[in-house]
Amino acid sequence: MNSEVRPGTKVVLGIITAFIAVWLIAPMFIVFPLSFTDDASFQFPPRAWSTRWYESFFTNPQWTDALRNSAIIGTLVAIIAATLGTITALAINRSKSRLSGTVQAIMLTPLIIPPIIAGAGIYTFFLKTDLVGTIFGFVLVHVTLALPLVVIAVNASLSGYDRSLELAAASLGAGRLTTFVTVTVPLILPGILAGVVFAFVTSFDEVIVAQFMVSPALQTLPMMMYTSVTRTTDPTIAAAAALVLGAVLLAFGLYQFVVVPLTRRSRGRTSV
Amino acid sequence: MANAPDTTQFSALSTQAIKSGSAKPNSQRKKSRGNGTRNLLLILLPSFIVLGIFYFYPMLTILVGAFTDPQVGLQNFQWFFGEQVNVDVLWRTLIISFWVTVICVLFAFPFSFFLTIVTPRTRGLLFLIVLVPFWTSMVVRTFAWVILLQDSGPIGEFMKLFGVQSLGLIRTPTAVLIGMAQVLLPFVVLPIYATMSKIDTRLLTAARSLGARPSKAFVSIYLPLSLPGVASGALLCFVMALGFYITPAMLGGSREAFLSTLIQGQVQGLAQWGHGAVIGFVLLFVTLVILGITGYVGKKTGGSVQDMVGGSKA
Amino acid sequence: MTKEAILDLQGLSKSYDDSIAVDNIDLSILPGEFLTFLGPSGSGKTTTLNLIAGFVEPTAGSMLLNGAPLEKMPAHERNLGVVFQHYALFPHMTVTDNVAYPLKQRKFTAAKRAEAVRDVLKMVRLEKYASRYPAQLSGGQQQRVALARAIVYRPPILLMDEPLGALDKKLREWLQMELRRIHRELGSTFIYVTHDQEEALTLSDRIAVFNEGRIEQIGTGKELYDEPNTLFVGKFIGESSVFEGSMTDGRFHAGGKEYWGSGTVRDGPAALLVRPEKLSISDEAGSTLPEDLTNWVIGEIEDIVFVGSGMKYTVNTAIGGAVAHVPAERAVDTHIGDHVRVAWHPQDAKLLPA
Repeated sequence: MNSEVRPGTKVVLGIITAFIAVWLIAPMFIVFPLSFTDDASFQFPPRAWSTRWYESFFTNPQWTDALRNSAIIGTLVAIIAATLGTITALAINRSKSRLSGTVQAIMLTPLIIPPIIAGAGIYTFFLKTDLVGTIFGFVLVHVTLALPLVVIAVNASLSGYDRSLELAAASLGAGRLTTFVTVTVPLILPGILAGVVFAFVTSFDEVIVAQFMVSPALQTLPMMMYTSVTRTTDPTIAAAAALVLGAVLLAFGLYQFVVVPLTRRSRGRTSV
Repeated sequence: MANAPDTTQFSALSTQAIKSGSAKPNSQRKKSRGNGTRNLLLILLPSFIVLGIFYFYPMLTILVGAFTDPQVGLQNFQWFFGEQVNVDVLWRTLIISFWVTVICVLFAFPFSFFLTIVTPRTRGLLFLIVLVPFWTSMVVRTFAWVILLQDSGPIGEFMKLFGVQSLGLIRTPTAVLIGMAQVLLPFVVLPIYATMSKIDTRLLTAARSLGARPSKAFVSIYLPLSLPGVASGALLCFVMALGFYITPAMLGGSREAFLSTLIQGQVQGLAQWGHGAVIGFVLLFVTLVILGITGYVGKKTGGSVQDMVGGSKA
Repeated sequence: MTKEAILDLQGLSKSYDDSIAVDNIDLSILPGEFLTFLGPSGSGKTTTLNLIAGFVEPTAGSMLLNGAPLEKMPAHERNLGVVFQHYALFPHMTVTDNVAYPLKQRKFTAAKRAEAVRDVLKMVRLEKYASRYPAQLSGGQQQRVALARAIVYRPPILLMDEPLGALDKKLREWLQMELRRIHRELGSTFIYVTHDQEEALTLSDRIAVFNEGRIEQIGTGKELYDEPNTLFVGKFIGESSVFEGSMTDGRFHAGGKEYWGSGTVRDGPAALLVRPEKLSISDEAGSTLPEDLTNWVIGEIEDIVFVGSGMKYTVNTAIGGAVAHVPAERAVDTHIGDHVRVAWHPQDAKLLPA
């Protein structure tokens, strides 16, 4: 707490902050009313209301297939990336090797290097190997993009993790596997769960690399949305955007207000 | 860090996360370090295989392709630097990224400072607001900006009340700036807040007791101490801005193309693989130069490149 | 002694890349005793404990538990109890679940588990806290949970690594009494690591004094206090005055004067160690002293402190600093800066190699 700040300054800062906060989150909420517009030109605020874009979304197999594909790919990515990322984070965290810092840097590369570069490379790679438009190719490419986020999330939960708990478990008679299952996993579970959600969201929203991997037979939801803004101008995007945003907010709410408090309670941090 | 961050997802993306992860107890080091390395590499083999085949190999083909496609030589580089259009796009990418960074720092600084002086409850709420964009689809958010900034959008309609017929915001650099800064602001707020929250505000009291006016104390004490966070936030923001694709493509016109847009056009649109490769090479080169500066600054201020990396959905 | 030992350490060593943590230790631990490893940090006491617990593998030597070799056995099969300095309670489990954890590993039935947990929580006086999480307990309560968890399955040996180190003085003293009571009630062997000599003296049947990876001396507190084998032990246990000099031809000289003391020391640098309560203080002429105090030295009083039972004098002499505890009735009227005679009986001085 900074008691040095004068009330006047604080009010000014508060106004600036409020302005920034509105700028950060308000724009996306127009997506909800917009999805009920009757007008294909996206006049905002809408003048007449209807549910026609939702109808269009759910009756058009292109959109529903895209939604299904994105859900399947996202789920597979979440499972694979969370598994590999948890193993990676644990291994780096525990390794006595001098190389572990370098290994970590390599694992995190996909976060910083512009994804378009790998995307362009994947384009020719997939053309040569016939992986274009396959779920297999899609999933493994998205795993590489999601892996760093899982590593970061699990690493964060390992930072407060006390290794002597494992020694304690051993001294109490628990073997390595039992210790891992009863002590290690429960304690880093919040990090793993966060990694799962990160990985899913990363895949579910990915366009830059996806545009090099899609085929007429295999479209994803964000790709459909992206092309409908930039090329086809299909107003169904209004409903799609609202659905995606709703799902993301629901996931965020679940995580923030259910998973986080639960893990905190089980760690006994609610009252001290 | 106090209350809010550890209650939120922020902890996972916070700057200290990676730091503590990479800091290992150096006691009880085994005699056989080589053995430790071998075990590490063995455990990570599946991750490395996936990353190698589906990330590093394709990227390598780009870097090599810049020199070899369609034939070995520097013709791709001659093409890139010979065409004014390409050089313009390179400059535009750098300049817009620069201005996005300036905007983000100017916004993030008071925002972060405000975070340090409010109650934990308000701080928690503000952190939620910073984090929600992290979770929200880039395409959806940019779509929302398209609606807001188009001539028939609410801002345009509002301006019409004042007789301004067409604001012409959409498909301008301004639209790209607004959209990109909104995406990148959280990445600047996090490191700046992390640094500010560690500043001992008693130093300000001390400075005032020594006769400094409040504003003077702030400029001479607080500002320098917060600079490491500002520097790492700004560099991270700049690096990530360089690779932006969706926002310029959706909010900008053809005259707001970024290097990323150019790559996509050459590779997928024109099937000019070598041209796409050389642009990728240039983009990677610029990114690595900035990362090198980040690493240097990080070393000076006690962090590392990894410490400054949050997450990217750009 | 080896025959009846519950745990026998023979030539136990542990070395790391560039340092030797434990250097060829031989030690027999007797059933039911309270043995303390006492020493400064880095003296090898914790490493020795970790070797016994199985957290660290020895470089050389053997360990026999009731005659059976221990060193190849993994930690979770050794059936020893360990109490950690920072408690190491599982934060995601309640007190009951923490304490029941070792019983689950040993496949106790639910009913037996509940009974054992209730009994042991009663023993550490935490019955009321059974359903709390560790974070909801104070440091002292957490350490008692850790203790309960380590003794609930009645391990033959309980290992404790500075278990009271993180607690404040009052709480520490109370828990020391609790530990003594629990040791008496259980009757099992306790091995306790501390750097606090007062704590070691309070708790232990025997104390092993560690220095630079070796055991300097092992014995009861009284033995170590009265008959230290080395200057290190003498200085580490209790307060003492150390007068430095050298042995030549079997005689000890310091500051040009000959002194006598018990013990034999080879020629070379040596020191005379005298406990504070054995020293007397008087004026320079020694007029108030009995005639048999033949060993003395003149020094300047640096400090005088009232310590309740008497006065504590700190005196600077030419051959070393002296600390004297003088009972109230024999206190003399002196002031800081005065020159005084510090005197003692030759039989109260211990001659040690320096």
